[in-house]
This record gives sequence, C-alpha cells and structure tokens, in this order.
Amino acid sequence: MATALTRKDFVSDQEVRWCPGCGDYAILAQVQKVMPELGVPRENVVFISGIGCSSRFPYYMNTYGFHTIHGRAPAIATGLKLTRPELDVWVVTGDGDGLSIGGNHLIHVLRRNVDLKILLFNNKIYGLTKGQYSPTSEVGKVTKSTPAGSVDFPFNPITVALGTHASFVARSVDVEQKHLQDIIKRAHAHRGASFLEILQNCNIFNDGAFNDVSDKAIKAEHQLVLEHGKPLTFGKNRDKGIRMNGMRPEVVKLGEGITEKDLVVHDETNLSLAFMLGHFEPPMPTPVGVFYATSRPTYDAAINAQLEQAKKTQGPGELRSLLRRGDTWSVK
Amino acid sequence: MAVPPETAQQLAGSGAAGSHKPVVSKPQFVIRFAGDSGDGMQLAGMQFTTESALAGNDIATLPDFPAEIRAPAGTLAGVSGFQLNFSSQEVFTPGDEPSVLVAMNPAALMVNLEDLPPNGVLIIDKEGFTDANLKKAGYTSNPLTDHSLDKYQVFQIEVSKLTTSAVRELGLNTRAVNRCRNFFVLGLLSWLFQRPTKSVEDYIGSRFKKTPDVMEANLRAFKAGYNYGETTEAFASSFEVKPAEIAPGFYRNITGNTATALGFVAASAKSGRPLFLGSYPITPASDVLHELSAFKNFPIYTFQAEDEIAGVTSAIGAAFGGAIGITTTSGPGMNLKAEAIGLAVKVELPLIITDIQRAGPSTGMPTKPEQADLLMAMYGRHGESPIPILSASTPADCFNCAFEAVRIAVKYMTPVILLTDGHLANGAEPWLVPDPDTLPEIKVEFRTDPEGFMPYLRDEETLSRPWAIPGTPGLEHRIGGLSSEHLTGNVSYSPSNNEMMVRLRARKIAGIAREIPETEIFGDAQGGDLLLVGWGSTYGTLREAVTNLRAKGKSVSHVHLRWLNPLPTDFGAILRRFKKVMVAEMNMGQLLKMIRADYLIDAVGCNKIQGRPFKVSEVESRILRALEA
Repeated sequence: MATALTRKDFVSDQEVRWCPGCGDYAILAQVQKVMPELGVPRENVVFISGIGCSSRFPYYMNTYGFHTIHGRAPAIATGLKLTRPELDVWVVTGDGDGLSIGGNHLIHVLRRNVDLKILLFNNKIYGLTKGQYSPTSEVGKVTKSTPAGSVDFPFNPITVALGTHASFVARSVDVEQKHLQDIIKRAHAHRGASFLEILQNCNIFNDGAFNDVSDKAIKAEHQLVLEHGKPLTFGKNRDKGIRMNGMRPEVVKLGEGITEKDLVVHDETNLSLAFMLGHFEPPMPTPVGVFYATSRPTYDAAINAQLEQAKKTQGPGELRSLLRRGDTWSVK
Repeated sequence: MAVPPETAQQLAGSGAAGSHKPVVSKPQFVIRFAGDSGDGMQLAGMQFTTESALAGNDIATLPDFPAEIRAPAGTLAGVSGFQLNFSSQEVFTPGDEPSVLVAMNPAALMVNLEDLPPNGVLIIDKEGFTDANLKKAGYTSNPLTDHSLDKYQVFQIEVSKLTTSAVRELGLNTRAVNRCRNFFVLGLLSWLFQRPTKSVEDYIGSRFKKTPDVMEANLRAFKAGYNYGETTEAFASSFEVKPAEIAPGFYRNITGNTATALGFVAASAKSGRPLFLGSYPITPASDVLHELSAFKNFPIYTFQAEDEIAGVTSAIGAAFGGAIGITTTSGPGMNLKAEAIGLAVKVELPLIITDIQRAGPSTGMPTKPEQADLLMAMYGRHGESPIPILSASTPADCFNCAFEAVRIAVKYMTPVILLTDGHLANGAEPWLVPDPDTLPEIKVEFRTDPEGFMPYLRDEETLSRPWAIPGTPGLEHRIGGLSSEHLTGNVSYSPSNNEMMVRLRARKIAGIAREIPETEIFGDAQGGDLLLVGWGSTYGTLREAVTNLRAKGKSVSHVHLRWLNPLPTDFGAILRRFKKVMVAEMNMGQLLKMIRADYLIDAVGCNKIQGRPFKVSEVESRILRALEA
C-alpha cells in the first residue's frame, strides 16, 4: 500500500506560508518527493518540530505532526520514539532552535542515538524573529541585534554533532535536489540518530549566505562532494583534490605528478577524518554528503530490550502482588 | 504527644536490674533518632518503624535530613534526624515533640535538645562527645558533665566501645565497626520498647547478603544492643505499646513517594496503557524515579532526561503516542517545566506533573517541606492555562491522588498537577493495601474511525477532544502550540475563535468539579464558630488540633481539600456556614488568597514557612486566638 503513495499524498491541505523564495520550499519539496519511496505507511510517519521558520514544516506534511515549543522537539520525539518504536519519527529544526535554545536536547539525543531523523535547516540567521544573528552566524555579522558586528564565535553544526559521537552526520544544500534526496534517503535508512544539516538560504535576512556552494556558476570550485571509498576531488573539471601534508590537509591541483592516488580517500567510518572534514571552512572547499556513519545500538531499542527482558525474567507486571510487597502485616 | 513525666521516672534504673525486668505498658511514644548524616539514623528509624508496624501500632514518621549527603562529620549542618510516633491509638502526626531523643554526638544534641520536654528521655552515645565534636557543635563546656542536662533523664552509653567488643572477633576495621553502631542503638531501643526483632534480622540478612562479615557484624551489634538493655543496670524496666485498633486487612508501611509511584503503576495497569516517566533527579522527588525504574515489566518506561524540560517534554511526546505520560519534580523543576505544561494545555494531551514541594525560593531548603507552589500550579504559566490540581494529605493518600490524577488526565485530555511535599514524600504510615479490582476503571479509548474525525471535535459532556494517536490510518493530523481553530485544529489567528477556545478549555477544567465527591466536614456539618481549612500534608496536624479543641468544647470544624482546582462545588456554601474561616498552610497564604478571591469571604491565615510542619499546639493556639478575636 505504501508503494502506491505519491508525493501528493504527503502534501497537507494547509497553505505554505514561508516567504517567497525561501529555501524551505525546496527542502519541503524534496522531503515530500522522497517520502513515497521510503516504504513507510503514511500513518506511521511523524514530524516533530520546535519553533522558527523551519519548524512550520509539520503543518505542510500530510502525516502526523507536532509543532511544539522552542528547542524541545528532540526531547518530545524521544518520548514518542521510546514508547512507539515502530513509528518513523522526524525532527525538523533550525540553527536557532536546535543549536541555541535547544542545544542541550540536540546533543543528548545524538549521544543517546535515539532512532530519529533530524533535519537541521541552517540559514545562519534568526528569520522568524526578523533577523538577529544565530549561533552559526559568522563573527562580524551585522544584524539588528549586532549593529557593530557579532563577536560571538559560531558553532559548526557538523563538528557539534560529531562531538557527541552521533552515529550519522551529513550535510546537503537546499537547492541540490538530487543530492538532498539521496542524503535524506541515506539518513532514513540509518538506524539511530541521523543528523542532517541542510544549508538553507534565507533570502530576506541572510540572502546568499551559501552562494559559494549553491550558485551554479561557482559551486563546483567550492563544493567537496563526499563519497565513501572515493578520493576527495572537486572543481569544475574534477582537477583539484585534498592531500595530506603531514598532519594537515591541503588543496592540490591534479596533474604535474600529482594523481588521485595521492589524495585522501573518503571513509565514512573514520571519525577522525570526519572531524577533519567537518572543520573545512573557506578557503577550503565546503564538504557535502555523509561525513560519518557508524552502527551502534540505538537508545530506543536498548530501552525496549530491557523492558522485554524484565518481562521475560519477572513475568508480566502483576499489580496485586506489587502492591503487597515490602514491610507488610495483616490485621485480623 | 509527649510521654508523661512519670514514664521517664520509671525508666531510670535503681541499679537492681535482673534478667527479667518488668514491662510497663504505655499508650504512645515519640522517638527521635539524631546523629551525623553518616551515622545511619534514617536507617535505624525506618527499621524501628517497621518493627512498630509489625507490633500492630499505628505510626507516623518524619525524617529530617540535611541536603548535604555527607556534611563535615560532627557539624550542625550534618545532623540527620528521624522521628517516629507509635501508638496504641490512632495517630495523625509524627508528634510535636519527642519523648525520647537519641543523640549520637554533640551536634545532634545541640540541634534537637530544644524540642525535648523536661523529663524527656535522652539516650546519648557518650563517646561521641569528644572535645573536637563539642567544639564543632559550639559547646563551650561538656553538657554531659556541666549539669545542663539535669532536667532530662539521661542515659550515657558507650556505644562505640560496646559495639566494638561485640564484633571484635570478626576483625573488621574501625570504619566498618563504626557503621554498626546504629544497629547497636536500634537493638537497645528494640529491647526498651519490646519490639519484635525478626524484621530487623531479616533486613540485615538481605541488605548485607553479599558481605557476610558485615552482615554478621550488624547482627551481633543489634543483638548486643538488645542484650545490653536487658542486662545493664541503667534501665529498670522496658515498655510496651499495645497494638492499636486498626481496621482488619492487609497492611504495608509506605512512604509518600512509594505510594505516588504505585498509584501511577496502578493507573497504568487499570488503563491498559504503558506508563512513561520523564524525569530529572531532584530532591525530594528522585525516589519516585527510582521506584518506577524497577517496574519495567509492567511495562513502565523511565527516562532520566538531560534536564527538567526534557523530562516533561518527553512525557508529552509519549502522551502524543498514547502512553500515560508523567513527570516528577520539585519546585525549581516546576519553574523550568512551565512552558511545556502550557503546550500540553494548548494541545490538550493528558499529562501528569507531580510537584513534590520543598522550601523555596530558589534552591531554598531542598530536604524541607513547604506548600508554597500552589499559586504557581494555578497560575504559573503565560496565557490563560487552567490546570486541575490535586493534593495528597498523607503518605498513603499519595497513592489515591496519583491514581486519580491519571484518571482525570486521560478522561479530560488535560495536564493534571499533583502536589505533594517533602514531608509526605519521606514520611511513612501504614497503608491498607487496596484490592486492584476495587480501584475505579480508567477507560482509554483512542479514536480510530476516520469518518467525521476532527482533532478538536469535543465530547459533549466532558468537552475533551479525541485522543488520536500516530499509527492510526486516516487520522493523520497536526497539532501545535499556535492558536488553533475550533474542530479542525488548523492554525488560526481569528480573534473570536481564540476567545472561544480559551473559554472552552476553561469550561472543560471547571467541569471536572463533577468528579469531586461531597466535601467531608469534620465537626459541625451545619456550621459553627470556626472552620479550619487545609490541604496537603498538614492534614494530620490540623485534624488532631481540631479534635483536641472539640474535646474542650470548642465549636471548631475541619475541611481538608484534595481538589484545589477546580474547588468542590459545595465548598462556597460550606464556608458561609461558619462565623470564621481559617486557612492553615505552610506558605504565606496562597489558598487563603484563592478563597478570598473566589468566595469574597474574610478568611484569615495560619501560616508557617520554616521548612517544618506545624505543631498541633501551634495550630491550637492560633485557633484559640482567632476565636477570641
């Protein structure tokens, strides 16, 4: 039955109210497009969000949805997933929601490895409150709340996630339709907490923040597409690569004695490599794709296994005998 | 109630002790165990409580311990106390003041002596009174020798020396030997009050199962204490407190926190839905988390969250999925949960928030009780967000209230706040264990029919919306914190719709009054001179004070509220039958404010904010003053 579904089945009857030109439209379209391919009955899909532009997302998905409070979506999703492990639970958050007010919940849900699909829309700005700097805004950012420029050192969502030993860490770009679809599918296939940072353009308050990786004219020179088992190359003609110079990565031009054999080969299971790539910032190219993917027990499965084990060893809970435990006596 | 002075006189031995001393029967004793927080006084107190319950006495207990796990040894800050009232009659409170005080060191004496009435019995570990310990407690001279204790019946016992000689053959180190001292004292008191000792021996056997030498040492210390009482010349007689007249049935000794946990388990079992507790450790609420963590087979999910907010929000997520979602905390945690509770109000999901109140503001006195969170429970959220509030009046009553909180939450699709406090949480009393078959049904019906489904289509009687959980085909829908349209639940900024939804939710909560039974009036149902109104853990004290005054011919009655929101429908009429209304609370007058506001009655307060329960005598004198005014 699930296979018979189409994109339209995942479109709710609510009018989408993001600003015209917002990157969120593109992300919504790719998620709706991918959904029928995931093979999950629609009634088992739940989208949970916090507060912010990105968090309006659940209203537009014709699935179960819960638009909650600022920053708390990972905790709400945890309670749902623990008690209803058969559900496909997605968390939609943003750089403010997920990394500022909800930073605590995000790191804990990642370290616990709750089987949730977490989409963090990073536009490096507060959109819904009209343009204050966010925890991912660059130092020097001039906004309404930082007229003299922000002196606030930013978070890098990828290395924050890696720092928690998240079991799946990836990045994509709002306008990269095919790439985004593929990565969403990968994230969904992963068992455990999947963390996907989506670079998203806020055309009102932070337009062009990711131009170098989204502008067709120049992106090839700035985007490093990570592919497991393949050498790290980029550039319009795939003529540049990443080579280790001692302990430091450097950009090299292929040719003149340098071949792909000299380049770093991407390995999704190598956490140290993932950290190194996670730290790439201009003038290094911006990596997109899966930084890190590993298999480790999920929190929800482990908790439910404990419950099952308790049932096996103690038998199903029996209220009468439970109430009569402890220091007891009879009065006749 | 204090032990009569002649009892204490009889306790003092004349030096002519035999192997079988006389046993003197007494109706009641109040014992307070006090020592360093490492001295094991809570344990000794709890075990003595069990012995007394097994002896058939009615009992009430009050543990009183510092927030510091191990404050510097011998200091005033490190004193830990446990008070037990055991009686051959019905007991309402742990007793205003002890008739017997056990003090293991000078600090324990310094902190507790003011509560011991003249002629009270003082059992002292003599060896604890070293120069260093005296100094730490602030004594400039040794009370054991300076005659300052002459008005009490003092028994100075070399507990360490006697314990050491009892366990010498086992070759334990000094530290391990010292940790047996509490069992020596427990043994002595067990002899003094003729307690059955089997429960303690069983306890030692199971508690130290894995360390046989420690088990043996504690057993020997316990028996040595018992035999010391029998053989020493210091005690001329022992005492017995005959069993109380207690309704027949199966009893267990239970603390408020255990009762709270069991109430939730029972509600989960009766509803057929799994229980999910999201919680963050906080004193004095953590024991509910500990208890529930042991009942996984029911099934019960316990989630020790990263913070208080995740505790409540994870419970909301579980409730969204159809589980019984609960969170437990104390005052500071309530503040943090406020926004999430507002979300549960708005999306109308069942949720139970247990606030085990402690003395505030801020960190306050974490181990001491207070009732100052009532107005926060009523109003501590932004926007119009009414929530039903229940309060438990005794440790065992926590079971009933926890159960009822779940029943109301799922029937009315609303968060419910359950207020208990540190006094109830750690206090214990005998509990007539209910037959699960006699507990009320908790009916949970999830919506499954897509035909005509709307997320906010309300039940005509209760006004509650359907519980439509993910996984149900055809009911896919979105809920959220944004103001939403009547019936469809779609986001709506319509001014009139918003007011309608606010009023509908308020009506829904007010309608819960139909669930509240007729208010019980202790005293003059037709009215009288003064009505004492209370709620929560003050129950026993208030009931005893009113009982005492009525025995003296005063026209005083008592109403103790379980429901604080909504208030019972008959409550206003009851208040108006009395010439005076006094509201007793461990706060500055929070229920008082609600009563004055709701009923325009010129009620007066009886208040105490010391992190200690009222004494019966305090309440009596406040009532007498009000009657004279």
